[in-house]
Amino acid sequence: MANDAKYPGPLGPLLAGAANGELASAAEGLGRTDPAERNASALAPDFRRNDLGVHLSSAAIENPNRRDFLYIATAAVGAVGAAAVAWPLIDQMNPDASTLALASIEVDLAPIAEGQIVVVKWRGGPVFVRHRTKKEIDDAVNTPLSELKDPQTDQQRVKKPEWLIVSGVCTHLGCVPLGHEGQYDGWKCPCHGSVYDTSGRIRQGPAPANLAVPEYAFLSDTRVKIG
Amino acid sequence: MSGSPTYVPKSALGRWFESRLPIMGLVHSSFVAFPVPRNLNYLWTFGAILAFMLVAQIVTGIILAMHYVPSATAAFASVEHIMRDVNYGWLIRYLHTNGASMFFLAVYIHMFRGIYYGSYKAPREVLWILGVIIYLLMMATAFMGYVLPWGSMSFAGATVITNLFTAVPAVGTGVAHWLWGGYAVGDPTLNRFFSLHYLLPFMIVGVVLLHVWALHVAGQNNPDGVEVQNVERDTVAFTPYATIKDLFGVSIFLILYAWFVFYIPTYLLDADNSVPANPLVTPAHIVPEWYLLPFYAILRAIPNKLVGVVALAAAIILLAFLPWLDTSKVKSGKYRPAFRVFFWLFVVCCVGLGYLGSQEVSDASTLAARILAVGYFGFLLVVLPALGLVEKTKPIPASIADAVLAKAKPAEAAAPPASR
Repeated sequence: MANDAKYPGPLGPLLAGAANGELASAAEGLGRTDPAERNASALAPDFRRNDLGVHLSSAAIENPNRRDFLYIATAAVGAVGAAAVAWPLIDQMNPDASTLALASIEVDLAPIAEGQIVVVKWRGGPVFVRHRTKKEIDDAVNTPLSELKDPQTDQQRVKKPEWLIVSGVCTHLGCVPLGHEGQYDGWKCPCHGSVYDTSGRIRQGPAPANLAVPEYAFLSDTRVKIG
Repeated sequence: MSGSPTYVPKSALGRWFESRLPIMGLVHSSFVAFPVPRNLNYLWTFGAILAFMLVAQIVTGIILAMHYVPSATAAFASVEHIMRDVNYGWLIRYLHTNGASMFFLAVYIHMFRGIYYGSYKAPREVLWILGVIIYLLMMATAFMGYVLPWGSMSFAGATVITNLFTAVPAVGTGVAHWLWGGYAVGDPTLNRFFSLHYLLPFMIVGVVLLHVWALHVAGQNNPDGVEVQNVERDTVAFTPYATIKDLFGVSIFLILYAWFVFYIPTYLLDADNSVPANPLVTPAHIVPEWYLLPFYAILRAIPNKLVGVVALAAAIILLAFLPWLDTSKVKSGKYRPAFRVFFWLFVVCCVGLGYLGSQEVSDASTLAARILAVGYFGFLLVVLPALGLVEKTKPIPASIADAVLAKAKPAEAAAPPASR
């Protein structure tokens, strides 16, 4: 092609090809040499060229010139700059400080009577805090695993047996189940009839999994931190 | 023209696509092979700077709109939420605020370049008028954007500018009520300003596309004001010459932009806007943003309400008539010594009016503003038409190539450029 130029350097085909609309042939250009074209002096480039004056030959790859160095260095710094600009524009959509402040909540357990279920809002959704009676604990503990679609023992799901803390989101399609409902006196989801027991495990209906247990820790006997 | 017939993609897939939608050819003929006068100076990089700033404002603005609440009770707090809670919210907000100022700085330099070099003359009249339309849209967008934080100055600015319409006899008050959605600036006004502030930049994009199209039909003007006669001798290809020059110009401009954003982000902000809007109290010292100050000064200089509003509008609308107000056949101020003097006096008038717009009203400032306003309108309505008829111009070069080569050493000027 008549647009190969006067300076040896490894960047020729990509830049010359792009400048001449031959993006797909940039790779083809590798190794092009045309001594007949290198007839203008290096100090008086032809203004009508629309390549960048670089050219590839096997000798040139081993001897990159100043121009190649400058191009690659500029492109590298430009790439770092582009990433530095892009990151804040993307990160701004991540949860902001006010949302993160509500990422953990503390719940006072003292006013919750035995047998009572309290619903708290955590990370935008419901969490059931259930102060279980002895009967409810025993029913949960004495369930054979073979009856469970998602087998888990009650002990795996609680830290203190009298406090059951589970997510209030039905694992089927996300409705909030109703407490003290269903034949196990656990929860029943009104949307599609999923039934959970007093450990929040799925017993009947289309839900595939037990009610999720969030991360929580007891700060004292009467205070728990969720999340 | 669009779609150069000489562009043929190398790959079969490329040719298949190109025959159905010749966008690669369009980009190639417009921004790769496009012939650009070889004597352009860095003032010609401001087109690319403006395009960059438009994209920057749109990107930062859309992101801000994800977090901003356009309600009179929640707007101010939502801006503080952006500044304090949203990740990098402070950065995006300052980029957008200072970006608007940088956008106007660039557009004023761009416009003054056009006036100095006669870029509005034939065959570029429509190009110039499209530019004036873009400028008007920019001012409307910036005005509405300034209202959105719902600070004291936001509210005062909204009230003053929308009250301009009450100067129109008979229908003025009705129009003002229609704009406000009530009897004064309030929540409905804020909501609709948010909607329109989101809309107008995309209308700017549309007019910018027409502006670039009109530019590519006529080709760029150049500092010598001599049209391209021989593409081989007078021009260079857009890529890589103008591409790299534009990139360099944008980089220097970004340094100035970054200086404001990171070191003095509130320098151009008014302290009164950190106070939430109160319809019952107006700040002691009302000023618009700096880029609207010259027109504010013209408005205040005229004692009659309606005439003041008309003068304000005329000061901007008259710009559209520049191609016909200037009677000179010589395009570039480089060859018009008398014009050069008046041009710089005009710049002094504009900057002076801007300064006076920022000051409190006094007898001295009003007198000065009237003198400078006479200078402003005098330049457009008297000097430009008259000068073309009576001025003595310097001889213009025969071609761009001659102008460029005349600056080189005589030996090189005689040598032909290197052949392919």
